[in-house]
Amino acid sequence: MPAPDERAAIPLGGDDLAVAQRARAQLAEVAPEPGVPKPDPLLRAEGIRKAFGGLVAVDTRHLEVQRGTIPALIGPNGAGKTTLFNVLTGFDRRSEGRWEFGGQDVSQAAPHRVAQRGMVRTFQLTKALTRMTVLENMRLAATGQRGERFLPALLPRTWRAQEREHTERALALLERFGLADKADDFAGELSGGQRKLLEMARALMVRPRMIMLDEPMAGVNPALTQSLLEHITDLRDEGLTVVFVEHDMDVVMGISDWVVCLAEGQVIAEGPPEVIGDDQAVIDAYLGTRQDLDDLGPGGAR
Amino acid sequence: MDLIEVLSFAFRSAVGPLAITFALAAIGLNIHYGYTGLLNIGQVAFVMVGAYGLAITVDVFGGSHLVGALVGLGLAVLLAVLLAVPTLRLRADYLAITTISVGEVLRLATRSSQAAPLTRGADGIAGLGGPFYALNPIPPGDYGFWIFQLGSERRVWLILVGWALIALMCLLVWALMRSPWGRVLRAIREDEEAARSLGKNVFSYKMQALVLGGAIGGLAGVYYAIQAAGVAPDTFDPRITFYAYVILILGGPGRVLGPVLGALIFYALFQGADVVLRQASAQGWLPLVDWFGSQAIGATRLALVGLVLMLLMIFRPQGILGDRREMSLGA
Ligand SMILES: Nc1ncnc2c1ncn2[C@@H]1O[C@H](COP(=O)(O)OP(=O)(O)OP(=O)(O)O)[C@@H](O)[C@H]1O
Ligand SMILES: [Mg+2]
Repeated sequence: MPAPDERAAIPLGGDDLAVAQRARAQLAEVAPEPGVPKPDPLLRAEGIRKAFGGLVAVDTRHLEVQRGTIPALIGPNGAGKTTLFNVLTGFDRRSEGRWEFGGQDVSQAAPHRVAQRGMVRTFQLTKALTRMTVLENMRLAATGQRGERFLPALLPRTWRAQEREHTERALALLERFGLADKADDFAGELSGGQRKLLEMARALMVRPRMIMLDEPMAGVNPALTQSLLEHITDLRDEGLTVVFVEHDMDVVMGISDWVVCLAEGQVIAEGPPEVIGDDQAVIDAYLGTRQDLDDLGPGGAR
Repeated sequence: MDLIEVLSFAFRSAVGPLAITFALAAIGLNIHYGYTGLLNIGQVAFVMVGAYGLAITVDVFGGSHLVGALVGLGLAVLLAVLLAVPTLRLRADYLAITTISVGEVLRLATRSSQAAPLTRGADGIAGLGGPFYALNPIPPGDYGFWIFQLGSERRVWLILVGWALIALMCLLVWALMRSPWGRVLRAIREDEEAARSLGKNVFSYKMQALVLGGAIGGLAGVYYAIQAAGVAPDTFDPRITFYAYVILILGGPGRVLGPVLGALIFYALFQGADVVLRQASAQGWLPLVDWFGSQAIGATRLALVGLVLMLLMIFRPQGILGDRREMSLGA
């Protein structure tokens, strides 16, 4: 774990610390009801619906994400968690709905615009850019690069200095995520867990206000899981909002400030982790699928 | 067997105008496929509009060669944009399907009688290149020594200009690909969704890559029209694209000099094999091939080149300039 002063050297680009901490404290007064409004929402979504042909994958009435918190998005397989991420970040086109991020309507924005606005997501199946080095992965993610435009690209004078700044920031973040000695390796040479770390570090190069992690712990060995969890809480403590999808209830109970449970595309419950852990609708949703799975098993009725 | 003849013929071809044309076409393709991962299977279409842009401007409209060259490049850019708009937002295979058919459609349209007032149909347009040679500062003579024979002053001029163009294009590719712009292209090749999630406008970059690589394909066409002193539709068949791919994969996709080295080797091999086979046939060493008649030599040569390529793919799948470590990581 990096020392606090070392961390402060990398401004992350989240919300103002005092504002974020106040917002997190405010969560205590919010009633645990699906669709409940929050006092200081960073994301506010109205009536999101996404259908694939006849299959309604997501259908949430009202959903808000409180600034400066760690909301966990849970739900059985196929509940629509990934689809909700995809819709919110512009990767899937919505069927219906409007949502605002930081007060701006982004419901029609292209994915790259959503990212530029500060809402950055990662993927359930990690997307490391395998034939690029770890450092190049990081540098790529910096926004507002002058050298990314065609003509300035030909004139290194216009982008050298900026590139140096980005490299410094990238190295500092790699240091923080324990990947500094891998900087010159190809990303494809990293282990599964290291790729998850890289994806998280890379997302931070965009300077997001909110980072959305789709199953960041999936397939990661237990030792690394602990470090990933610490990174997530650290990010929140530095003003970021960190939404994450997770199946492991112990993890969810351990680090989340708020839990939203999806089932068949709908928000069936939301509230503080202690409350959601005992929620009958949530237990039923999980048990329900388990029974379905048993029915489908080799010895089952079908 | 006369080794000197084989080597000098191989050299002559490797540095010659056709190899130059292919090197340029493959440099463009390298930007598409090697750096951005765009599966353009119709590079011939860009070469063709480049060549015909020049030919029609000069022949029908009486324009100068310079204007004609600019028209050729402009048409290549236009074609790239037209192809990009409907396909680049879709899955990768749509670009492949569209480009492969556009090449053939253009060829057939060009040779049709309806287009004849513009293109002179299947006969094509002749009589190009005069003003190009008028600029030739090289005194008349026959140039070269030992196995390094270049030919007449006209050919030397053509080769000089061709290699200057190649050098210029390689410089451009090198400068671009070391920049953050090039990094975005490589990221798109690796995973375009990831690039998007990091705030990159993938469509815009794919468009830029398609236009740039297409324009360099157009340049190959302009150069081809001048070196052949004319154009005919049936030269622009899909094989051109496939040879360009062979050259690119041979040299190493995603490497600045990959297409150039690929073109050199491909032509040296292709023409060298021809001389070897002809000599062997004259010595009576190839009874089976001779029995099939003289065309069999061409077929045997293709098979031989195919064999060499196969061996290369087995032992150096990353191409001659490629990086084995990188290759093993897969796409
Ligand atoms: N591109 C698509 N086309 C058709 N159906 C899809 C598509 N993407 C998702 N679905 C369907 O939408 C539903 C929700 O899928 P989604 O991937 O969002 O679930 P999830 O909650 O992320 O599940 P998991 O926990 O397994 O990751 C599923 O029934 C899935 O089959
Ligand atoms: Mg999912």
